[in-house]
Amino acid sequence: MTLTVKDLRVHYRTLRGEVRALDGVGFDLADGEILGLAGESGCGKTTLGKALIRLDGRMRHVGGSVTLDGDELPLSDDRAMNAYRFHKISLVPQYSMSALNPTRRIGRMIRELLASRGVTVDTGELHRRLALVGLEPDVLDRYPIELSGGMKQRAVMVISTLLDPSVLVADEVTSALDVSNQQAVVGALTGLRDKGLVTSMIFVTHDLGLTSHIADSIMVMYAGKLAEKAPTKVLTTEPRHPYTKMLIGSLPQVGARFVDKPLSGIEGSPPSLLNPPAGCRFRARCPLADSGCAEEPPVVEVAPRHTVACWKAA
Amino acid sequence: MLEGGLMLTLDRVTKTFRAGAFGGGSTTAVDRVSFSAAPGELVSLIGESGSGKSTIGRMVLGLTQVSSGSLTLDGEQVRPGKDFYRRVQGVFQDPFSCYNPVFKADRVFALVRRAYHPDVSDREWADRVEKAVRDVRLDPGQVLGRYPHQLSGGQLQRLLIARALLLDLRFLVADEITSMLDASTRIDVLNLLAGLKERGLGVLYITHDLSLGTYLAEKTVVLRSGRVVERGDTQKVFGNPLHPYTRTLLAAVPRLNQPWTTAEPVAACAYHEGGARDGDLYETEPDHFVACAGLPDCGRTPA
Repeated sequence: MTLTVKDLRVHYRTLRGEVRALDGVGFDLADGEILGLAGESGCGKTTLGKALIRLDGRMRHVGGSVTLDGDELPLSDDRAMNAYRFHKISLVPQYSMSALNPTRRIGRMIRELLASRGVTVDTGELHRRLALVGLEPDVLDRYPIELSGGMKQRAVMVISTLLDPSVLVADEVTSALDVSNQQAVVGALTGLRDKGLVTSMIFVTHDLGLTSHIADSIMVMYAGKLAEKAPTKVLTTEPRHPYTKMLIGSLPQVGARFVDKPLSGIEGSPPSLLNPPAGCRFRARCPLADSGCAEEPPVVEVAPRHTVACWKAA
Repeated sequence: MLEGGLMLTLDRVTKTFRAGAFGGGSTTAVDRVSFSAAPGELVSLIGESGSGKSTIGRMVLGLTQVSSGSLTLDGEQVRPGKDFYRRVQGVFQDPFSCYNPVFKADRVFALVRRAYHPDVSDREWADRVEKAVRDVRLDPGQVLGRYPHQLSGGQLQRLLIARALLLDLRFLVADEITSMLDASTRIDVLNLLAGLKERGLGVLYITHDLSLGTYLAEKTVVLRSGRVVERGDTQKVFGNPLHPYTRTLLAAVPRLNQPWTTAEPVAACAYHEGGARDGDLYETEPDHFVACAGLPDCGRTPA
């Protein structure tokens, strides 16, 4: 087991109180597994990714634990986390355009970055890794502005995985890209895993269609909590949670037409996490909700590796 | 409100930007693009980054000048000004940057009133705003009087469409309006567009997402590097793509539970099949135009 997250709670401090962005989420990530993390904006998926790397000034680790390869991560100790960052757990951020230093050539940036970690550059190995994501060695002599968005995204992927981390968090890496670039980036991520440069991966996105191509299992979050987690095939074909069903129902497929069959969105919006309602957080938008849903639904394993937090899923 | 939509016609529209140091070089962003959009018709403009799709949208809105060719709305040249923007409006990708964060979101309506309807009474204006907000399927009580950060991206985007409805809207340019929205709210905005279209509004829907384009559009224009690669009836273009680029784009769309397929190569260039052609596009069947596939033996096929 690479990564075990137990009842993780991370809150944001605001002037009006604590926003419970991540409110008790637990899951396991096996060796070699790619976990897709899906949900609407504000469901806590980015907070979960960030919590594994670095809590920024507004974030507070309230409870729960994260265990990576047998060690418990010191989430709230910024300095102690340094030993894990980049070596054990690494991040590909959403906006690679702003992740690269615009005044440095890519090669020099990599040299400086590795030097700060006490590692020297193995040029041959670096070229091999660039080739793996489909980049020519001459990108090392270029400035970020000379690369396209997809190339920058792939360059950042190589940089993030230079030290062969156990877990790579890829946060919305494809959302700013065209379909053909998305395909290349997803192919490159799978390649990194297959070559063993990254042991496991968490792929954060709001695009369920794309997630189904890369992930071995998918976890759907809603308002800071886990809604459903299952192997990709099971989650996309036999979802149990009404939210997952509605999310899949709102995906337009190529060939679907409004005149034939209008799709439906999900009425309403997620609850405020400043003072989240008690009980199931989806119940205000859920077509199946009844008085029983005012009680918090437990996370139940309805089938092997298929967990759901819903009273109506059984 | 939506009666008398405008007919958009582009005829060999070209846009060249000066580029390089001191404007020495030039880049052709849009190259001889022709298509039209009738009232009550939604045309989707599909292409990757840098294909010139947004430049076309900006030219329709009069934000960028046409270099050559003609772009007309009901036979009239685009002449930016109050009268023009009363009828033609655009909605863009990022709803958050369209609002001033220190003012309430419904200030966009007050600005419309000041510029276009200064003599409408307070009472009547409030009714019109409420009607427009209901038209975009929002609850006025939930969205009016709020600040932008209190509203979701989908709500803000729909308020911008409501703002356009307060004018005498005849043609709407929707440039990537759903790409920053969640799957669940995206569909609401698309269904809204479909409803407006059915009431007679002409819409130019610019997107890089093929599945969204096919969901709504009667007509599709596929662009690559500023040129039209294939265009026509959506069903024909995507049901039977003839250009290799259209096939590549279609194959790259991620579908739920279906592995990516490789694009099937074209057997022969649909444009040159059967002899040499004049013009950039050839009509292979009614309302289905295709450009030369650029195969090695293109143009050399004996007639």
